[in-house]
Amino acid sequence: MAETGDFMRRDRGWHPPAFTPGYKTSVLRSPRCALVSVEQGVGEKARIVFPKSGLDPLDNDLIHNFSQGGEAIGERIVVHGRVMDETGRPVPNTLIEVWQANAGGRYRHRNDSYLAALDPNFGGSGRCMTDAEGRYFFRTIRPGPYPWRNDGSDWRPAHIHFSLFGEAFVQRLISQLYFEGDPLIPLCPIVNTLPDKAAIERLVAKLDLNQQMPFDALAYRFDIVLRGRRQTFFENMKEGM
Amino acid sequence: MPVTYLKETPSQTGGPYVHIGTLPAVAGLPVRTQENLAVLASGTVPGERIRIEGVVYDGSGHPVKDALVELWQADAEGRHDNPDFPGFGRSAADFGTGLFAFETVKPGALPWRDGRTQAPHVSLLIFARGINIHLHTRMYFSDAGDANAADPVLRSIEQVGRRDTLVGTRSEKDGVVTYRFDIRLQGAGETVFFDM
Ligand SMILES: [Fe+3]
Repeated sequence: MAETGDFMRRDRGWHPPAFTPGYKTSVLRSPRCALVSVEQGVGEKARIVFPKSGLDPLDNDLIHNFSQGGEAIGERIVVHGRVMDETGRPVPNTLIEVWQANAGGRYRHRNDSYLAALDPNFGGSGRCMTDAEGRYFFRTIRPGPYPWRNDGSDWRPAHIHFSLFGEAFVQRLISQLYFEGDPLIPLCPIVNTLPDKAAIERLVAKLDLNQQMPFDALAYRFDIVLRGRRQTFFENMKEGM
Repeated sequence: MPVTYLKETPSQTGGPYVHIGTLPAVAGLPVRTQENLAVLASGTVPGERIRIEGVVYDGSGHPVKDALVELWQADAEGRHDNPDFPGFGRSAADFGTGLFAFETVKPGALPWRDGRTQAPHVSLLIFARGINIHLHTRMYFSDAGDANAADPVLRSIEQVGRRDTLVGTRSEKDGVVTYRFDIRLQGAGETVFFDM
């Protein structure tokens, strides 16, 4: 198999550390030994092929993809942006998965017992592929904030969870999108696992009036950056050398 | 002019409801219920059929019952570009017991960058509430002792005793070859996690 360039080191000081006592669940779920640093092998640089049966045309439309005859209730929005790598190169044809609570802050999940009502027409699960230029979009309703047990009743800011595969195993990433202007963002213990204010800012989607669907939906812009691949200036050592 | 690169989008926990987006049927969501991503190999895929199962334990020894485990592996020939065997799977920990499980084939050996050989292994990613950035580990096979002893990644673990945390134990259960691989997030026997 042809050797390709390695991916740039992940800046662990930019990501949240494993142990963040302000977010209590991390206390017992965080390794105490240092991560072991190893060079990337062929498997780490190979592309994960998600064995999907093919995307449904409604997979990126959460207002309609769980319809029981009506539309999801809530503030209608389009979320769009570009997926790039750290060198600014677009990441085309890569799967994005999203999940979220409904407009009242309730998840359609067997373990969520929040008292807010379920919306019969909202499932909260979606996915889409980036196009040849790395662009993506989906339509949904703005999720509601919800309370959770941490320091008594903490409140999560409105957020959409998202998951990316990129073009190689080492680009795999799960994160969350927040909304510009939400006063709950700086109060959230999960947001505050991020050590750097600039990193938090990168998770805040910006209102994008120019891309609204007139008389239908507001738009938010959210760009995503995955790890970049280094150039190979010299060929790697061949097998047996 | 300084050389500038974009910064990677920072990670956030997958949270307790990660299944809605990744394994909706597990969440109780009646969509894509035909997908069973825990079965990587069915039909005529060549290779030894195996089951890989285990529990993710927290630092107090309790199962992490809302973990999502992803598995990534080569095919039986050690290839990652086989269109008939994508080599990717997902399994949710059981909400009652914490057990995750995959049905797959045993992978082949892989080349390493300096001409050495990597012993057969699968890579595992763990996502869960309380895990701020996913954890990356590997499972090697207990019946490949010589290959494991020469594996360049296992050998890069300085504390020799910790290498055993990456070895799944073979047994036969009802005629099914099963490798048991428990993952300890913290404390005694803490599993080795990688930064690659
Ligand atoms: Fe959430």
